[in-house]
Amino acid sequence: MRRAYFKNNWIAALVVAPQLIIIFVFFYWPASQAIYWSLTLEQPWGGGNTWVGLENFRTVLSDPVYWSSIRVSIIFALASTALAMGMAMILALFADRQLTGYRLYRVGMIWPYAIAAPAVGLAFRFVFNPNAGLFSFINTIAPETWNPTLNGTQALIMVIIAGAWKLVSYNFIFFLAALQSIPRSLTEAAAMDGAGVLRRMRDVQLPLLAPTFFFILVINITDSFTDSFGIVDTLTGGGPARATDLMVYKIYSDGFRGFDYSGAATQSVILMGLVIALTFIQFRYVERRVHYT
Amino acid sequence: MADISIRSVRKAYGKDEVVHGVDLDIYDGEFIVILGPSGCGKSTLLRMIAGLEEITAGEVAIAGQVVNQMEPRERGCAMVFQNYALYPHMTVAENIGYALKVAGMAKAERIARVTQVATSVGLDGMLDRKPGQLSGGQRQRVAMARAIIREPRVFLFDEPLSNLDAKLRVQMRHEIRRIHNRIAATSVFVTHDQHEGMTLADRMVIMNKGTIEQVGTPEEVYDHPATTYVAGFIGSPAMNFLPGRISTAGRAVVLEGGARLDISAAAALGHDGLLVQVGLRPEQIAIAAPGQSGLPVRFDFAEELGSGRLYHFLHEDLPVTVHSDEKRRFAPGEPATLTVPPVAVHLFDAQTTQSLTAAAALAEARARVNA
Amino acid sequence: MIERTPVLNILTHFILAVGFILLFLPLWIAFVAATHTIQAVNSAPVELWPGNQLWVNMQEAWVKSDFGQKFVNTLIVAVAVVIGKITIAAITAFGIVFFNHRLRMVIFWLIFITLMLPLEVRIVPTYAVAANALLPFQKLMDWTGLTWLIESASGIRVAMEWNLLNSYTGLILPLIATATGTFLYRQFFLTIPDELVEAAKMDGSGPLRFLWDILIPLSRTNIAALATIMFVYAWNQYLWPLLVITDRANYGLVVVELRTLVPDSLTTGGGTPTWHLAMAATLMIMIPPILVVIFMQRWFVRGLINTDK
Repeated sequence: MRRAYFKNNWIAALVVAPQLIIIFVFFYWPASQAIYWSLTLEQPWGGGNTWVGLENFRTVLSDPVYWSSIRVSIIFALASTALAMGMAMILALFADRQLTGYRLYRVGMIWPYAIAAPAVGLAFRFVFNPNAGLFSFINTIAPETWNPTLNGTQALIMVIIAGAWKLVSYNFIFFLAALQSIPRSLTEAAAMDGAGVLRRMRDVQLPLLAPTFFFILVINITDSFTDSFGIVDTLTGGGPARATDLMVYKIYSDGFRGFDYSGAATQSVILMGLVIALTFIQFRYVERRVHYT
Repeated sequence: MADISIRSVRKAYGKDEVVHGVDLDIYDGEFIVILGPSGCGKSTLLRMIAGLEEITAGEVAIAGQVVNQMEPRERGCAMVFQNYALYPHMTVAENIGYALKVAGMAKAERIARVTQVATSVGLDGMLDRKPGQLSGGQRQRVAMARAIIREPRVFLFDEPLSNLDAKLRVQMRHEIRRIHNRIAATSVFVTHDQHEGMTLADRMVIMNKGTIEQVGTPEEVYDHPATTYVAGFIGSPAMNFLPGRISTAGRAVVLEGGARLDISAAAALGHDGLLVQVGLRPEQIAIAAPGQSGLPVRFDFAEELGSGRLYHFLHEDLPVTVHSDEKRRFAPGEPATLTVPPVAVHLFDAQTTQSLTAAAALAEARARVNA
Repeated sequence: MIERTPVLNILTHFILAVGFILLFLPLWIAFVAATHTIQAVNSAPVELWPGNQLWVNMQEAWVKSDFGQKFVNTLIVAVAVVIGKITIAAITAFGIVFFNHRLRMVIFWLIFITLMLPLEVRIVPTYAVAANALLPFQKLMDWTGLTWLIESASGIRVAMEWNLLNSYTGLILPLIATATGTFLYRQFFLTIPDELVEAAKMDGSGPLRFLWDILIPLSRTNIAALATIMFVYAWNQYLWPLLVITDRANYGLVVVELRTLVPDSLTTGGGTPTWHLAMAATLMIMIPPILVVIFMQRWFVRGLINTDK
């Protein structure tokens, strides 16, 4: 702990004030406002608020459309996370062998992180386009086999692939960094103990990746609940027939297209609770990082 | 039998050569210490023996078999790393037994072996702990046990004691020597600590800037350093160096400023007028009254060591340190004379830094031992 | 290490190459689509080799979406977010690390909690704030009775309003309101030894001088790392600008423009979908952050890992 401090507390107040004001206006106020709205029925711009207690929650949670959105969100979160983590982990394990071309592979794996979610969505919309995209040949052989604009399952698969594609780079960066923070001498000791490359991956590297694995798992799931908006908006617009209507997308469409602010606020509060719960789980695991000696 | 022969071995990283053609023979069952400052290439040499570094040029053979292209696991070497390199997620028992597990040994047999080896290094009751729960000394023991259990032909130690505190270091030093005496496998031990080198080694290898300066028993290296580098590196406090010129006729070396030191006839022969560095060990210098024949000096300051005292003198503004058991008082600037027996005057060619006396003296000393 | 694993090495290259292709393929197809004519793009099977229409398509897309102003806007917003973020992050971390006031931990946690909720999940109420950024203060005054007090004392009813819709401020400020950079700086400041603070004090340097003369120069790598990730973050913002900007001609950002490029019945009026233009535009929008990530790779990776998001 630090023992040397500066004494002028008014300077301290001055330097932390801008941050505090901004987070009050753009974070704490809106977040508490969302809770307030979720407990009232009101017209946000003008008009009074009526206290309705948990009525909004009851309405939202008894709506089968909302449950279908939860279901789709969870499928999306689990599938895209599993896909992205599995792929990133395998790539990182092999990239860490640092054979010739390592630097090239590394750049090749990292740059997709720079691409905006809606750009990913739009690019994949073309790639999966039934008439002109990668799978259009299927339709020339057997018409109407591949059509994510009509087939909900295919649409969801498409969103999952796009979502996973976007996460791979991030995961790769973290897995590779974690692998490289494993002291070289550990790998060397294992090599002297007779363990070959694959054996070392299994016995030494993978167990030591465990903390990073949990960290990324939570980050990915959180991310798939929030950052997926851009992908869905340009890729499917939530369709067809709400098959890809993720929770964050539904909040947007209910709030800003349907002008159901109480409903959107209630959904926001539910999503906030979910994300906060995930974050708490993450902190439990982050505390347990392995210390190398 | 596991002797190691190293033939003009070089190591380069790109254009940067760090080991410049090393030749060395390590005999079976010998304890060799490779000593040198950091960056002298000693660890690199060790890692080339282990198979952790590619050998750029030259040849390493273990038990007569060239191992240049062999993987670490095929060489029959075990290594104790500087930071121990224990697997943090495995228990002590799993750490020690990992090599056996990889080799496919049955679990029951493995456990028996692990228990036996752990007991031999004093790790009873620790087998279920993780490395993170152990003290530095205990981790060191685990690392040792992990090496011992494989019954290797060759033990490699990469500065294994440098992370321990002074007291533990001495204790572990003794244990390493004891284990070596018991197992009698060939051991190569890398360190930058001359005390470790002197106390552990059957023979020492002094390295500097990627080349070997001298190979010999600790005694030989101390008594007859082959170069000014070895002379200055071995011995504490360090050897004094004064520039001078040999006078064959006078059987003496004439220092700058005119003072003369007698030298042996053999040393003087054939080197008349040669510029030399005169090396004097602090513990071989005696302090005499001023005016006597010897090295005239003035007193600078003294350091108390308890068992003895270090006297710092100046000869022509060059420092000369004397280690003496005698307790005497000097006033600052007080003159004195230092005397050195001719056999204790080490002479090094100022140009080549090679000793003029070591080779002959060494041959003589070895002949005496053999006779 | 000496390892003779020819089969495994081939397998390694194979796996990495396949991974690379999987990551690269979608964008390659998008790129190829941007280089062909509308007819070529819309005929199955998909083209896999580039044509010669890239420049033509890019020009047409640029004009059609009126990218000139929008690129300038995006750049303004991204740079402003980078600068604002770095400044605020540095001074806030300075305030909570180098001063020992009673509210230190409270402030720390207040900021820490903001890490949990990204803008997307609190989008609805944040949008309401953007309509009047002073609303929170107005409400606070109303509730505490301050408004009433002033009104009865002076006869003036305080009515504060600051509309952030369709403004750069509205685009920038909420993006700065996160704790990301603050924690990067805090971690770095915690590694500054006490002795350095004490030495500065002995030399007669006050806190602000210490910040400016010692901490800022020392944190150059931090600044580079934070700048890269914040640039990418700000450039790629989508939902917030989508809501806050209705005046697209003057304040539109390029990334938001992506949604108008979706060639469905809404944008093409039932005609042949203009994929060649959509992909050309997507390509142009992607390029700046990709360049930042590739050329600032070292800083980018460091920033990403140290902020832990």
